[in-house]
Amino acid sequence: MQVSVDRDRCCSSGLCATNAPEIFDQDDRDSLVRLRQTVFLPSQFADLRLAAELCPSGAITVTEDIGTTPTQETDTAR
Amino acid sequence: MTSTPTAPAVPLPAPHDMRCPFSPPPAYTEAARTSSVTRAELPDGSPCWLVTGYPEVRTVLSDRRFSADARHPAFPLFTPGRRELFARNPSFIRLDDPEHARLRRMVTGDFLVKRVEAMRPGIQQIVDDALDRMTDGTTEADLVAAFALPVPSLVICLLLGVPYEDREMFQRLSRTLLNNTSGVDEVAKAQQELQDYLGGLAAHKKEHPAEDILSRLAARDDLTLQEIASTGILLLIAGHETTANMIGLSTVLLLDRPDQVAKLADPAALPGAVEELLRHTTIVQTGLPRVAVEDVELEGTLIRAGEGVFAMLSTANRDERMFGADGRLPADEVDLDRDARRHLAFGFGVHQCLGQPLARAELQIALATLFRRLPGLRLAAPRSELVFRDDTVVYGLKSLPVTW
Ligand code: SF4
Repeated sequence: MQVSVDRDRCCSSGLCATNAPEIFDQDDRDSLVRLRQTVFLPSQFADLRLAAELCPSGAITVTEDIGTTPTQETDTAR
Repeated sequence: MTSTPTAPAVPLPAPHDMRCPFSPPPAYTEAARTSSVTRAELPDGSPCWLVTGYPEVRTVLSDRRFSADARHPAFPLFTPGRRELFARNPSFIRLDDPEHARLRRMVTGDFLVKRVEAMRPGIQQIVDDALDRMTDGTTEADLVAAFALPVPSLVICLLLGVPYEDREMFQRLSRTLLNNTSGVDEVAKAQQELQDYLGGLAAHKKEHPAEDILSRLAARDDLTLQEIASTGILLLIAGHETTANMIGLSTVLLLDRPDQVAKLADPAALPGAVEELLRHTTIVQTGLPRVAVEDVELEGTLIRAGEGVFAMLSTANRDERMFGADGRLPADEVDLDRDARRHLAFGFGVHQCLGQPLARAELQIALATLFRRLPGLRLAAPRSELVFRDDTVVYGLKSLPVTW
């Protein structure tokens, strides 16, 4: 499973960090989303899908890919 | 293909049926039964749309073809007072990006999930102190005045750097701003008073900074005093009225369901229980206003550029397609075991409530502590005598007589 976060879209609602704190963090400097992990366990897939579904700004994208494709973080916000 | 609905327009805002005070107004529920998008009419007779279904409400609140800029001449508002208020000095919830994002980002750091988590011991202390004072030498109190309102007010005052001693003044003024019956002059005066008050505080803090949000805003040179004051007003009002009313309404709901109260004592179940209370109660019962800036087709209905829309969080949160599944109780019932995390009580889209981590922490601590410390809590007046506030943006109880 591949996960990407678009920091330009993040509105700092904190929902991802509330619902999946081991995966998502909020950056101390700009309050925007940060991924804490790059590789995910199948036991985390449900949390990841929920985080993407609930993100109010559409900043989290989950791609149902097989294998261990690396995750990405778009960092155009700085 | 789009169609034009033929049913008569729903008059906004619609009143609650006080026999069923926890349900959204019947006019909205009725509209939701037939269509997700219904014609509606503002008090001044101008037309707008009522959007009631879960997916459609999410679309309206997250699609940039719907604007939150209240200075738009067609922006749907219930009162001339509110139009006047937003025209003068909108806070960022009534602006679009990039203005919205610029101002919102000035305060996002204060509501980070981990910052709020670190505040839990302090919130617990405030809750305990309020209960100590409430129960001192008596077995009866108005829970709204003695607990539900003081707890979030104290927390937001501390965070913002607003003296709690001034609460009578700013609580009175914020009620005027939130009330649908306030006249234009009243609203303008209340807003000016709050603006002067917070502007004055900020000016003082520029010289004598402390560890609070107003001091941090005042120290920036990329914000005007007016922007600081309107952000301060937004946080002050949103910080106390919303959580206070959630505590009051949740308490009544839980008093009626003693079998479900045990959930609050289980730390693993408490967060989920609070999400269900947020879903079921949805205190912003008048819905969130937006104006279409392009033509949008929604559920087969064409909403034209320049038409106003109310996104009804309350009916979306009762949408059976979303919350009635999994063998749980129907969406109209409180079911603290339900997975209610998809609720829209904090809105959706880039304007989604910034203070939600704080609201969650306060509600979890306040409700769990209240029912743990006062296991014999019950109403001190007949249920039918409870007075609900039906004329304001934030739904709630005027007072809540309890005994223990
Ligand atoms: S849920 Fe979305 S908007 Fe909210 S903090 Fe996470 S990425 Fe940002």
